[in-house]
Amino acid sequence: MSLKIIFSGFGGQGVLMMGYVLAFAGMNEDKHVTFLPSYGAEVRGGTANCTVVVSDEEIASPIASSPEFVVAMNYPSMIKYQNMVKPGGTMFLNSDLISEDPARDDINVVKAPVNTLAHEMKADRSLNMVMLGVVAVKTDMVSEDALMSAIEKVLQGKKKSLIEMNQNALKAGMKFAADNN
Amino acid sequence: MSAKTLMRGTHVLGEAAIRSGCRAYFGYPITPQNELPEYMASSFAKMDDAVFVQAESELASINMVIGASATGARVMTSSSSPGISLKQEGISYLAAMELPAVIVNMMRGGPGLGNIAPAQGDYFQATKGGGHGDYRLIVLAPAYGQEIADMTRQAFDLADKYRTPVMILGDGMMGQMMEPVVFPDPLDVSKFPVKDWALTGAKGRPSRIIRSLWLDPPKEEELNWRLVRKYEAISQEITDQEIYLCDDAEIVVVAYGTAARIAKGAVHRVRSQGIKAGLFRPKTLWPFPGEVLASMSKNLEHIVVFEMSTGQMVEDVRLYVEGRCPVSFYGRPGGVVSTPEEIAGVLSGVGSGLIKKSA
Repeated sequence: MSLKIIFSGFGGQGVLMMGYVLAFAGMNEDKHVTFLPSYGAEVRGGTANCTVVVSDEEIASPIASSPEFVVAMNYPSMIKYQNMVKPGGTMFLNSDLISEDPARDDINVVKAPVNTLAHEMKADRSLNMVMLGVVAVKTDMVSEDALMSAIEKVLQGKKKSLIEMNQNALKAGMKFAADNN
Repeated sequence: MSAKTLMRGTHVLGEAAIRSGCRAYFGYPITPQNELPEYMASSFAKMDDAVFVQAESELASINMVIGASATGARVMTSSSSPGISLKQEGISYLAAMELPAVIVNMMRGGPGLGNIAPAQGDYFQATKGGGHGDYRLIVLAPAYGQEIADMTRQAFDLADKYRTPVMILGDGMMGQMMEPVVFPDPLDVSKFPVKDWALTGAKGRPSRIIRSLWLDPPKEEELNWRLVRKYEAISQEITDQEIYLCDDAEIVVVAYGTAARIAKGAVHRVRSQGIKAGLFRPKTLWPFPGEVLASMSKNLEHIVVFEMSTGQMVEDVRLYVEGRCPVSFYGRPGGVVSTPEEIAGVLSGVGSGLIKKSA
């Protein structure tokens, strides 16, 4: 098994952290992982994306030409990546910011109002972990346990309440995905 | 051995350098490698036997490297393409003075100021001189996070063994990408062999001189031939390469560093289409593992060289292959990063004879 996923959105949505947590979780399950962030003359609010590969075998290329999964946290990201998704793959949309559907009929679309879900639990900034929870349920790339402990490790040294908030957001995302099958 | 950690390439390099006994770092900031000096600064701040200086320029930093190396310290500097150009004078001096040092180039788009995207346009500069005079650099080209750690250790060891500057040639993408890495245990600096040439204070012993100025031509000639003998030994002893799926291959891609990762993805793709492709990845760019490639080439239909440049390593490939099989080139310069799909397209073209084969 080798699965590639692109996380995309705008700066501040926690797009890179989503990928980092996923890669970290994969590593702790003894899988091969790569985490490739976009970089450039970045500006606050500009586009942000990263590619994560989780594989049972050595990873040849960390670049995804046609990823199995794409997460689009805002509309421009959906437009940018919709044609790259592998046929039969899945596109995850933040339906709070994206009202249109991708112009593809050969891929699955999973919509989640992650801004709203995060806001409801008074954790607006954790919208990324809500989305990661949705992704976790629908892709089966890594286990819930691995993600929960990855959040703890990645946020090591930060306030305990912050770690718990992110873990709860992940669970909220997982619950949403399970309830909206 | 450390626990497995997920780290970006620049940080891997920094941690590996410290574990290899690097206790001096001098540099001047430039994207896309700033996370490396950042790592050295924060790590050295917690150590009482290490020195970090952000110098006023690249020129100053490479000259600080010369100074630290002359005292026997394991020393490193890093930069990216335009900054490495500025360091060339000092690199030539290091070679002439036979001083060990590790120089990291995380290449970016060029020439000129170029951009900050990953590229491989500095192959000529790294392997064919760069600075003035008859000298060579050992040039190591990692492609994986783990290899960055391993090659950093190797770079410091080779530099000391041969008393010569060693370059680690990466690119911006490699510096940013994170992969799991296991570090070797730190070396005990106090147990390093004594450098009997280092300038450590001449109290109680005859003075030593390290210099690159030999006004008397026969003396300078003597230095040149001594360097040549050293480079010949290096050429025989350290060439290294990865040979991947080449046993039954008809087409072999030759690529290094990040380009080799992309090419490997392409090899997977075309193999599933029935094209017998493989990958030859030089791990040492100088000395170039040309003999191995040359003997492989006898049994090949075609070699495709892929670089993130307009074609530099391809000259070395052709030099060694000597027409035993056709050698084509495909390149994307300027910071453009190809996808495996794109390279697979090139290989399928060659495989099906669609591309005109040029020798």
